[in-house]
Amino acid sequence: MAIATPSKTPTAPGGIKKASRRVRRLSTRDKIVLSLMVGIPTLVHICLVWIPTLVSVVLSFTKWDGIGGFDSIQWIGLGNYKEMFTVSPTFWPALEHNFIWLAFFVLLPTPFGIFLAYLLDKNIRGTKFYQSVIFLPVVISAAVTGFIWETIYNPDNGLVNSLIGANKPNSFYIDWLGNAHLNLWAVLIAASWKQAAYIMILYLAGLKSADPALTEASQLDGANAWQTFFRVTFPALKPINIIVLVVTIIESLRAFDLVWVIGGSNTTKPGLELLSILITNNIIGESSLIGYGSALAVVLLVISIVPILIYVYQNFRKEQQ
Amino acid sequence: MSTEVITAPPTASAPRPAPKPRRKPIRPARVVLHGFLTITALIWLVPTLWALYTSLRPISDTQAHGYFSIAHSLGFSNYINAWNQADMAPYFMNSVYITVPAVLLTLLFSASIAFFVSRFNFKINIALLMLFTAGNLLPPQVIITPLYRLYLLLPLPDWLSNGSGLMYNSLFGVVAIHVAFQSGFCTFVLSNYMKTIPVEISEAALVDGASVWRQFWQIIVPLCRPAFAALATLLTIWIYNDFFWGLVLISSGSERPITSAIASLSGEYFSNQNLIAAGALITAIPTLVVYFLLQRHFVRGLTLGANKG
Repeated sequence: MAIATPSKTPTAPGGIKKASRRVRRLSTRDKIVLSLMVGIPTLVHICLVWIPTLVSVVLSFTKWDGIGGFDSIQWIGLGNYKEMFTVSPTFWPALEHNFIWLAFFVLLPTPFGIFLAYLLDKNIRGTKFYQSVIFLPVVISAAVTGFIWETIYNPDNGLVNSLIGANKPNSFYIDWLGNAHLNLWAVLIAASWKQAAYIMILYLAGLKSADPALTEASQLDGANAWQTFFRVTFPALKPINIIVLVVTIIESLRAFDLVWVIGGSNTTKPGLELLSILITNNIIGESSLIGYGSALAVVLLVISIVPILIYVYQNFRKEQQ
Repeated sequence: MSTEVITAPPTASAPRPAPKPRRKPIRPARVVLHGFLTITALIWLVPTLWALYTSLRPISDTQAHGYFSIAHSLGFSNYINAWNQADMAPYFMNSVYITVPAVLLTLLFSASIAFFVSRFNFKINIALLMLFTAGNLLPPQVIITPLYRLYLLLPLPDWLSNGSGLMYNSLFGVVAIHVAFQSGFCTFVLSNYMKTIPVEISEAALVDGASVWRQFWQIIVPLCRPAFAALATLLTIWIYNDFFWGLVLISSGSERPITSAIASLSGEYFSNQNLIAAGALITAIPTLVVYFLLQRHFVRGLTLGANKG
């Protein structure tokens, strides 16, 4: 922690005084320019991001099919939530799948990405080459990733079934993306292909910023590689660890494109329900249940607030002091 | 520990002290390490290479020999067919019309806020930064329902809305949400970067009677060029790769950007695996080109935000 905190951000107490003096010297024209420079982007951001977030919360207590005007909106209190928690056949599976997604990401691709970063950080020859190759999936859109993995998972002529011989006549037949017990795991492997690479690059930057003297000192003290990493390097990288954790949670909640492409259409495939998919189905699907869709969005919001607060706290704690 | 990349604006990153020169005997540990990394890299390449291999084989070849076989002929016929059958060119133009203005506007907006936040120590700085950063992290699906209704309500002049008369179904609407969403991350990165530019520079300009706009446009913005390069590369790939906004906020297929359109195009026009793979890879070409040409900037852009400790 001690090495991680010193920030080079200039927050000298004198700075504030200087700044306020400077502000007073601004001309009227400067003040107008400044307010426009801040006002327009802030207004756009608030109107398109935060107001819809709040409206989502309000709409979640209503019933509206979106066809009639605003006067056809009915206030139904907690009705949508009651339906979601008790009646809906898709809500609990979706929530479960979102959490499986998160657990899978935390347990496999994220540690693997950190491990790769650790290996690539050891002054080895060709490290740039390995990085470029492994990082490639991050650059490819999730939609295209979906198509690429369909050529892998296709039950008749995909790579996996061809390799294990599951597509031959009289053999067992595995429909990786169609089978409701398998498809989530198949998709998770495709998603991990991107996630591990993403974490690798983030962590590599973190490792580069770490103080090499620390590692050397612990090695001189006789610590082995394992001890050096887990007792010295890893704790010293707390800020980047938190960012990696936040990125992992947020990415699991945002999961959408890959599943939508592999799911094939607006109808949710059994086994692949996710909160993000259910919400979107309520907009461009056949049924337009605006209140219910908003209630789903509120659940997603409540879950995502946790990592967002962690991230904001982590980043702005120093400045607030 | 602030990162080397953010803290030193004009110069590049401070390299880590060079390893002590020493003779290099071949050590078994290194061999294992290289072996492991090579295998991992190969495994990571397999999906893309398999899709590429499939896309290069004519359908007659795979029909005769199966997909899991040595190709008897390879060629770009699937690419040409996919391009022509689905008439992909207009979708690429839609992507350009969305990506270029969105990247430029995002950078302008975030630079403006970052300039204010880093140069004028007003009380709302942190509140503003927190607002933008938190907004950037929200899953898009949290806001989509009201946003969709909002876009159906907001009128837009015809020249901006390709004739729909609404924010909904207009490229402008998609650009707007990209700018609103992405400016959070960029503001955060740019404000950290601008904080490292000495205050004396602005003060000198102020003494010389430069207006606020002049300070911003002629002094601060040019000094941030490395950060802009990194962010522009990152944003181009991010926005081009976006699937969700283009899918939901544009109803008719022909107005969609290519990344969002590819899903419905493949269902409609691509009758076999080979064509689907070719169509998907055509969609990925622009990002791959940007990545190979500007890889350094892309990786730096990604890590700029994360690396601020």
